[in-house]
Amino acid sequence: MTRGIQAPGWLAKRSTVWILLVPMVAVAGLLQLFASSLVVDIYTQFCVNLMIVLALQAFMGNSGILAWTHVGWMGIGAYASGILSMAPMVKSLGVPNMYPALVEIQVPILLAIVLGGVVAALVAALIGWPLMRLSDAVGVITLFATLIVMHVVMTQWDNVTNGPRTFFGLQKFTTLWIAVIGAAIVLYVVHWYRESSPGLRLRASRDDRYAAMAVGINVVQVRYIGFVFSALLAGMAGGLWAHLITSFSPKAFYILEMFVLLAMLVIGGQGSVSGAFLGTAIVTAARQFLLQVEAGINNSGALTLEVFGLTDIVMAIFMVVVLIWRPNGIVGGREFTWPLFRRRMKPAADGATGSQQT
Amino acid sequence: MIDLEFMINTVSLGSLYALLSLGLVFVYGILKLVNFAYGEYLMVAGYAMYVLGTFTGVPWYATLVLAVLTAALVSYLTELVAFRPVRTKSLTAMLVTSFAISVFLQNVVLITISSRARAVRFPSFFSQTITLGDATVPVRNLMIIAITILLLTVLTLVMKKTVLGMAMRAAADRFSTTRLMGVPANLVISAAFLISGTLAGVVSIFWVSRSASVDPLIGMAPLLIAFIATVMGGMHSLVGAVIGGFVYGLLFNVLSITLPASLISYRDAFMFVIVILFLLFRPEGIWKGGYTEERVG
Repeated sequence: MTRGIQAPGWLAKRSTVWILLVPMVAVAGLLQLFASSLVVDIYTQFCVNLMIVLALQAFMGNSGILAWTHVGWMGIGAYASGILSMAPMVKSLGVPNMYPALVEIQVPILLAIVLGGVVAALVAALIGWPLMRLSDAVGVITLFATLIVMHVVMTQWDNVTNGPRTFFGLQKFTTLWIAVIGAAIVLYVVHWYRESSPGLRLRASRDDRYAAMAVGINVVQVRYIGFVFSALLAGMAGGLWAHLITSFSPKAFYILEMFVLLAMLVIGGQGSVSGAFLGTAIVTAARQFLLQVEAGINNSGALTLEVFGLTDIVMAIFMVVVLIWRPNGIVGGREFTWPLFRRRMKPAADGATGSQQT
Repeated sequence: MIDLEFMINTVSLGSLYALLSLGLVFVYGILKLVNFAYGEYLMVAGYAMYVLGTFTGVPWYATLVLAVLTAALVSYLTELVAFRPVRTKSLTAMLVTSFAISVFLQNVVLITISSRARAVRFPSFFSQTITLGDATVPVRNLMIIAITILLLTVLTLVMKKTVLGMAMRAAADRFSTTRLMGVPANLVISAAFLISGTLAGVVSIFWVSRSASVDPLIGMAPLLIAFIATVMGGMHSLVGAVIGGFVYGLLFNVLSITLPASLISYRDAFMFVIVILFLLFRPEGIWKGGYTEERVG
């Protein structure tokens, strides 16, 4: 190491986290000082989305299983934290036929958000074990089916979720800095998990299931750990999201929203934390830009018709192009490490092995 | 409860679902791709019927044929433009691509036509009923059964007797080996997508005729049904898909009758719980076709 700054051991070991954290916090600081409240709101939303995408990466990126369920964990976290944090008066107003036992509970918001994550993790723990035995197409369909089941329960269980109607009355708690701190913690934890023993074993099972089993890895077990762990994070992120948005309906936790999250992860590169970070940043920026364009076109009256859905079309095309051009995402499964742009000897072929067809 | 009317309706529902799941499995068998855009082929056919029936003077039979052809064409085009370049990449890339196509097609229709449902005209005999003994059944249901028998016979003959059919069956078993035998991969896959789209188009006629209207999200429900039916029947064989379709139709009608009114809104959740249980105890489905490699532990 002759060039670059010699980093201390603890810094070098987690250099990826620092490389991503420093710009994230710096941008937040700059926005706080100079930007309009609209931009600050967008950045807050970005940080919350980042938490969810990182949680998704923790499971999907390391296990290679396309996980549809995470928007559902987010939803469970959102509802659970909302029910726990709201005042009984507000609750009985907003959800008229909620169970009386639930109406009376009220805990501090931060505790409610953590408990929301715990509830999501408990549900994941309850249903996860059998699901983790399935891989490939059957696994995808099953997780997709699980999301539908969660959605049906959310829209129908009106004693808890107010049914398909809006669930409202949450206090606004998530500010820019709370979101930044939350994202920083999740970033650190997810990176730690990726490098930890269970994470490493999970990645081994992704790259070659049978070889991993042959060296004594309990594939179902390591997947299960990852599943519950990422449900915990996604649930807590959902709680933060709920206390940012303050009113929502089950529609916010369904297929189209999951598509946006998947787009973020897949465009950036599902194999690494850096990919999840970059993908979330790019997609958030692109979506905001396109939404502005869409609104601009509609307001200017240049066209006789209103162009709703333009954003989604462009996102879909963008996604397919990225997948054709770089099937492992822009980052391609690698992490940014210090010093930057050093060529690694082993190219990471995340996700491209094992399940290859044709 | 189990009378002639129930039986005819169940068989006709099962026939529709059998065609639906067959279309999904044709592509899955060869490419191992769960095509999330499959429902959108139905939607496209529905809109083709709407546009042709409303804005042109094309006779109804030509409208129906053109609608089926449109679905087949769109299916083929998605293969050509999107699936072919990512085919050799990871499974996740392909799945996400299929989902992106689904979002794309939905939003194209949303922009060019409308987000609201549009009425589709059908010839009057589609909605008439006929009395057989003590049963009163819609003519449509009998037509579904007849067309299903016809299509299944034709497809069986194609798959068993023609070179292309045999190549497709071989490709579904061992794709690499089939290619080594000199079968062009692109041809087989394109044929699978064309058949898949055709089946979606045929199903679309009957699906849309039930409500006589079409909206951009109409593809979602049939897609889910095809998922459930193929998983129950067995994803690895065409026979399994047909069986799964019929079993799903039966299960759906039985649940509709037996579930108490307070739980009927949870019917979809029940269906999916059944799928999940099914996968856990019998991941190969009712009809076990070939080997399965999806399961660990």
